[in-house]
Amino acid sequence: MEAGNLSKFLKNGAIWGFIVIELIFFSVAGEFMSLSDKAFMDVDNMLLLLKQSAPIGIIAMGMTIIMVNGNIDLSVGAIFALSAVILLDSLTWTVFAGLGDWVIPVSWALALLTGVGLGAINGFIVWKTGVDAFIVTLGSMLGFRGLVFMYNGETPTSSLNWTLVDFAEAQFLGLHTATWFLAIVTLVMWYLMTRTVHGRNAYAIGDNRDAAVNAGIKVGPHMLINFMIIGFLAALSAVVFYSESGSVNPNDGQLYELWVITAVVLGGTKLTGGAGSIVSTLGGVLAIQLLRKGLGHIGADTSTVNLVIGLILIAVLFLDRQLNTKGKEELKL
Amino acid sequence: MSDQTPALRLEGIVKTFPGVRALDGVSLSVMPGEVHALMGENGAGKSTLMKVLGGIYQPQEGRIIVEEVPTVMTSPLQAKSKGIVFIHQELSLAEELTVAENIYLGELPRRSFGRVDWEKLYTQTDAILAKLKVGFNAKTIVGDLSIANQQMVEIARALTVDAKAVIFDEPTASLTDAEKVVLFDVISDLQRQGVGIIYISHRMEEIFKITDRISVLRDGSYRGTLETRNTTEEEVTQLMIGRALDLSRNESNHELGDVALEVRGLSCGHMFKDVSFDVRRGEVLGFYGLVGAGRTEIVETLFGLREPSGGKILLDGEEVRISSPADAISKGISLVPEDRKGQGLVLGMNCRDNMTLPQVGELSSGPFVAPGAETAIFDKYKEKLDIRTPGWKQTVGNLSGGNQQKIVIAKWLSMHPKVLIVDEPTRGIDVGSKSEIHNLIRDLAAQGYAVIVVSSEMPEVLHVSDRIVAMFSGRVMRTFTSEEVTEESLIQAISGITATEKVA
Repeated sequence: MEAGNLSKFLKNGAIWGFIVIELIFFSVAGEFMSLSDKAFMDVDNMLLLLKQSAPIGIIAMGMTIIMVNGNIDLSVGAIFALSAVILLDSLTWTVFAGLGDWVIPVSWALALLTGVGLGAINGFIVWKTGVDAFIVTLGSMLGFRGLVFMYNGETPTSSLNWTLVDFAEAQFLGLHTATWFLAIVTLVMWYLMTRTVHGRNAYAIGDNRDAAVNAGIKVGPHMLINFMIIGFLAALSAVVFYSESGSVNPNDGQLYELWVITAVVLGGTKLTGGAGSIVSTLGGVLAIQLLRKGLGHIGADTSTVNLVIGLILIAVLFLDRQLNTKGKEELKL
Repeated sequence: MSDQTPALRLEGIVKTFPGVRALDGVSLSVMPGEVHALMGENGAGKSTLMKVLGGIYQPQEGRIIVEEVPTVMTSPLQAKSKGIVFIHQELSLAEELTVAENIYLGELPRRSFGRVDWEKLYTQTDAILAKLKVGFNAKTIVGDLSIANQQMVEIARALTVDAKAVIFDEPTASLTDAEKVVLFDVISDLQRQGVGIIYISHRMEEIFKITDRISVLRDGSYRGTLETRNTTEEEVTQLMIGRALDLSRNESNHELGDVALEVRGLSCGHMFKDVSFDVRRGEVLGFYGLVGAGRTEIVETLFGLREPSGGKILLDGEEVRISSPADAISKGISLVPEDRKGQGLVLGMNCRDNMTLPQVGELSSGPFVAPGAETAIFDKYKEKLDIRTPGWKQTVGNLSGGNQQKIVIAKWLSMHPKVLIVDEPTRGIDVGSKSEIHNLIRDLAAQGYAVIVVSSEMPEVLHVSDRIVAMFSGRVMRTFTSEEVTEESLIQAISGITATEKVA
């Protein structure tokens, strides 16, 4: 039993241990290698890090439930971009001209609805056709991105609303608006996955679909709901990010799906479904952001950052595998 | 025959597993050109013996002798190189590849630089196929072949080596009558070429048609060899079951209630046809038959996993349509599936969550789970069914088979079903827990549940059932009451023998 608990602790706690190591490494290395005088663990720097984690982090929470459920969603980057276009474009629609600043909640709602709708399309196709989610969302990734380009061609969609920018740049209790959104999404999703019937069933379906069906669980509707959740979160991520930036390029959000999946996998969620946790995903998101920021801090360029993250991802998954197989052997005794 | 040297001889093979003596000094010899049947009930040790022969298990005692040379088998591949070839019931072919590629899988003829010598491959394959007189060629894609022809590919694979003995494991299980004729022709060809054949089957008719001798195993020990010409089906049956049953017959004395489930003329394509039976409250109805007789398909239909093509299902006298497992559960039909780990349990989840899986929704307040109510159910049934686990947090995958099965049964009991169906209740469960599960099933009937038990173990069916439905190739042959059933009549019914008598 004790061995089992130990390996469980290592497994669940590994990502946080990794974060601590990163913090120490970059603080020390920063002393010698950094170009700036500021310490790496400077409060402002850390607050900024949390804020920058939000766009990927919010989507990663949705990806966790999708992957625990045994699916995957490659279209989140495209949903992110299309929702952003709807958000910024609708701010200037003439029908809403009389609303003044009240156009903001309307545009937000439109953007979020776009996300939910696109997610529902994914979920519905996966449910009704039985085609693997990887293939379905690979197709919709291309299709949704196509819609983004059809909307405004190659030109960026821009609209700067200063009320919106003020809101997005605000800090409450020291944390940025984006950070608050990430925190709330994390909390709600954690509650959903650990305390609700839907969350419980998501684990059951991902772990053993046949057994779930035999227990009378309606697998299709659960998958549909999960795709709607991740669609909503991809749109929410766009809302948070573009409220501040005010301009969306049609290529924005590309490769987001891969960053999100990297964070979720780094957090220990199984690609095959059935296991994973929201808290560990948060760890995965922060670990990646720390790495990007830390490597930047000590003067590495973007290509080096990508190389290092790739190597670390493989190394972490290899370690995880070692830990897991070891744990299993011990339990057999 | 006795002046020849046997193609293959097994001498005093002993194989034990913790707590079980699976093979207790089994000896067997196969002459060149002989078809030797190996018979015995499920669990008699046939497959263990074959695994020893194929090197998957190492015996604690005894010798394997191939043409007078004592041999140690380490793997099926090594056994093949010694001329011992297995034709398994379950085919293992790469369906997207050609016949030739399958036959020489892993040992394709090569040319320089690792290139495949296609010409040689196809000529060699066609030479083998010609011997088998089959209607396809070396370049046919295996996936396009019928099951029978795929089996021929397996047999062709066996012929690439100089086979001394070929073991057929239930080769006719999925073949039509016409296809069987072809298979039997191939077997007699092999026979003429001097290959010794071990033929494992439950089907008396075939055994008497093609074999020379019959060896019988029972409870892991060798019970004798009979000359097929000089024996009868009765004599063989006697030898197979002639033990003093350690399980007593079911002698229930409680009152039966109303009919809970009635099935009239139920059919499902070619899986089963015109099946009728009923089960009362307080009764255990057993289903017995060979693999492929349609038992599991019937219970899957009752549970909404298959769409019936005809017939009626009545629950409490009212006709119902069952469209899905969720529908079946809401109507009060529960299924403890055959494959506990594959279909019954979420292995990574804890005991409590598995037990309450079908009813988390009902226990919940709004969308939120109710851990208190769930734990209460777990505690109640842990006590009631004597489930041995450190606590509800224990992952189900870490429990023993018997305790896992109790969790699955508790899962349904806690929802008070009208009909509880248990498919293979004790598969993969150790002997001690078996009787516990049996007693549990009897208790449930005594408490007034209508229970259907599907099993391929005769002692089990006899022990737990009030009545027994005997099935053969998708049809109900006969329904026995526990007073009238005899082991002989049951074996005959599931081998299709009553059918021929009735027709005649």
